[in-house]
Amino acid sequence: MKHFRRPTILIGGGIVAAWVLVALFAPLLAPFDPLKSLTPLAPPGTPAPGGGTFWLGADLLGRDILSRLIYGARPVVALSTLATLTAYAVGVSAGLLAGYYGRWIDTVLSFLANVILSFPVLVLYIVVIVALGPSPINVVIAVTFASAPAVFRIVRTIAADLKQRDFIAAAVIQGESAWRILFIEILPNATGPLTVDFCLRLGYTTIIIGALGFLGLGLPPPAPDWGGMVNEGRALAFAFPHLVIFPCLAISSLVLGLSLLADGLNEARDAQARGS
Amino acid sequence: MSAEPPILSVKSLSVALPAGADRPFAIHDISLDLRPAEILCIVGESGSGKSILSSTLMGALPRGLAIHGGDLTLGDIDLTAQSERAWRDIRGRRIAMIPQEPMAALNPSAKVGRQIEEVFAIHGHLTPQARRAEALRLIQDMHLPDPERIAASYPHQLSGGQCQRICIAMALALNPDVLIADEPTTALDVTSQAQVLKLICELRDVHRQAVLFITHDLGVVADIADRIAVMEKGRLVEIGAAEDILKRPLQPYTKALIAAVPSFEPKPRAPAPNTKPGHCLEVEGLSKTYGRTRALKPASLTVERATTLAVVGESGSGKSTLARLLVRLIEPSDGSALVNGHDLARLRGLALRQARRRIQMIFQDPFGALNPRRSVGATIARAAELAGCTRQEAQACAKALLERVGLSAAAYARRPAAFSGGQRQRVGIARALAMRPDVLIADESVSALDVSVQAQVLNLLRELQLELGLTIVFITHDLRVAAQISDRVAVMRSGEIVELADTASVILAPQHPYTRALIAAAPGRGAI
Repeated sequence: MKHFRRPTILIGGGIVAAWVLVALFAPLLAPFDPLKSLTPLAPPGTPAPGGGTFWLGADLLGRDILSRLIYGARPVVALSTLATLTAYAVGVSAGLLAGYYGRWIDTVLSFLANVILSFPVLVLYIVVIVALGPSPINVVIAVTFASAPAVFRIVRTIAADLKQRDFIAAAVIQGESAWRILFIEILPNATGPLTVDFCLRLGYTTIIIGALGFLGLGLPPPAPDWGGMVNEGRALAFAFPHLVIFPCLAISSLVLGLSLLADGLNEARDAQARGS
Repeated sequence: MSAEPPILSVKSLSVALPAGADRPFAIHDISLDLRPAEILCIVGESGSGKSILSSTLMGALPRGLAIHGGDLTLGDIDLTAQSERAWRDIRGRRIAMIPQEPMAALNPSAKVGRQIEEVFAIHGHLTPQARRAEALRLIQDMHLPDPERIAASYPHQLSGGQCQRICIAMALALNPDVLIADEPTTALDVTSQAQVLKLICELRDVHRQAVLFITHDLGVVADIADRIAVMEKGRLVEIGAAEDILKRPLQPYTKALIAAVPSFEPKPRAPAPNTKPGHCLEVEGLSKTYGRTRALKPASLTVERATTLAVVGESGSGKSTLARLLVRLIEPSDGSALVNGHDLARLRGLALRQARRRIQMIFQDPFGALNPRRSVGATIARAAELAGCTRQEAQACAKALLERVGLSAAAYARRPAAFSGGQRQRVGIARALAMRPDVLIADESVSALDVSVQAQVLNLLRELQLELGLTIVFITHDLRVAAQISDRVAVMRSGEIVELADTASVILAPQHPYTRALIAAAPGRGAI
């Protein structure tokens, strides 16, 4: 455990945990109703009518930016986690099958993965969202579609390597069923690299959800959405930078936290493997 | 000869291990001399510090280790006081090394002739033409056939033994004072091993080469050593003339090491009590072809219940293919394999999975055979569960089996990383036994173990055989091991069983010329 007590993990994990708590307790933390128009374009620190302060200012329609950021954390945290998990469910299952069985299963699945991976990721998201329409479920579908192939590749390689080991042969000789060999014998041995990748991929997904919001393909307005907030404030960004800066900081801090966590976990794994 | 001054002299050499290791010193207070035209064998089991000694002599200690005290002199130079730059000149020119894995030591993408020439080039010797001529001369000295063709070959086109001889040629290129051979024949087949050993003896006799030969195999030692140094846990236990050490060892550790070496004398074997007579394993025309290659030609054999059949052969003989076919890890091309009347070669799906329990396997590599993420107890208990136990029964069974194979029940919750190679092999045996099999296949199951551990595992298998009436098929490359543990021996060569008879008749009166060649090549015959 001593390897996991390193600054990158503590800081990264702290940032991520803070955002998760913010998302969970948004109604308790937000000083204002995120949808209520109060004072349009109020600069940060302005007192609000009827008491309270716009600590981060108010947006074009007079809504409190801090409250919108706090509520905006909910779809980002929930959607990016859910989307990454479904991408993992698909990618891991397909990767285990292809890596373990090889032959035509591997050929077909690897071909599909390569086809999907050959498109620029953002184009892929836009195509899926435009085809299905913007909604939380469709964001999850789009992320799964675009991320699963990368997860597939990692798992496939690990499974193809592990299946050569004698402990897999022992399981076969004992008459273990195929699914037990895949999920109980092989998968636990892949958790190290997968945990690191999971954190990184959560970060990518956060960026993507922000980008979709920015392009107007995320959550339909007026729901608070970090990417959408940047887009709304874009035209007035020079006169009222607080419209754009704070949602951008929110996105980057969460992504930074996840990347630090992934880095830290990776270093910890290396240190553990060296056995020092 | 002893009047000659030593070429290499080690005086109370110690190498410290980093703090927190299981002992303070990797090697402690080692003193020995090496004279010209002498082969000094360093013998020890894994963890004895023999490889650290050779790295120290090559000035290539692993990171974190450093010489703690003592003197190291080669001719007139003090090896403890050399800079890395000076070392580069000493290595190769004054002191050279033969690697353990010749295939891994050669560059796979360069012709071997070029690789020998490179040694001269690095040390700034000779013109290109002269280098080439020298390389050819060296290859010829190694008794390799057709030097021109060998020089133009890539390592993968040569056998392991030929590669090792190329490595020896590279080591000898600059005529070093001392040659260090670290387990140079461990990765080779017996027949190639015999040739390499003969070559090393010739280096001593003809070229007056001083050789420090590091090995765990006392049979090899008996064949080539002038003097022997025995190491245990970083200390020098005993050093002396080969005759004295082998015939009149003084230290108990040396005695135990020598006693653990399997002798060539076939042991008389009492049949297991309380077993029904009859065949437990009947193999008929079992074969495997990959495309045009025949990995196993149609093989037929029967094994009596509660006896051991040893399958002996060199690499590529098809013995592992046979083992994997028997447990149906690979699909047979033809033939049948009946275990107590059930044809495992023909079953499919669920019927196959249920019948598999009858024939289990113990693997060669104790490190790869256990799932590193699962406690050993859970691994064994799962096997018992598959054999039909409830969860509680399986856990009790796993604990009982752990104790039966000589580990404590407290080992249940530990993961494989906490065990040594021999202990892991015991866990592997316990896992196989938990399936309550009729037949046990042991595929080179002791070849990765130290001799003393090897003897313990072999004894354990014999006890279990007598106790449970197990039928064992023991796959090995080592005829000495086969002579010790089997009732019958099958000798395999290029996918074919060339001889199959009682152990005593195969060892004492071999019929096939290949069997005779194998016996002749086995190291240390009669010497111990």
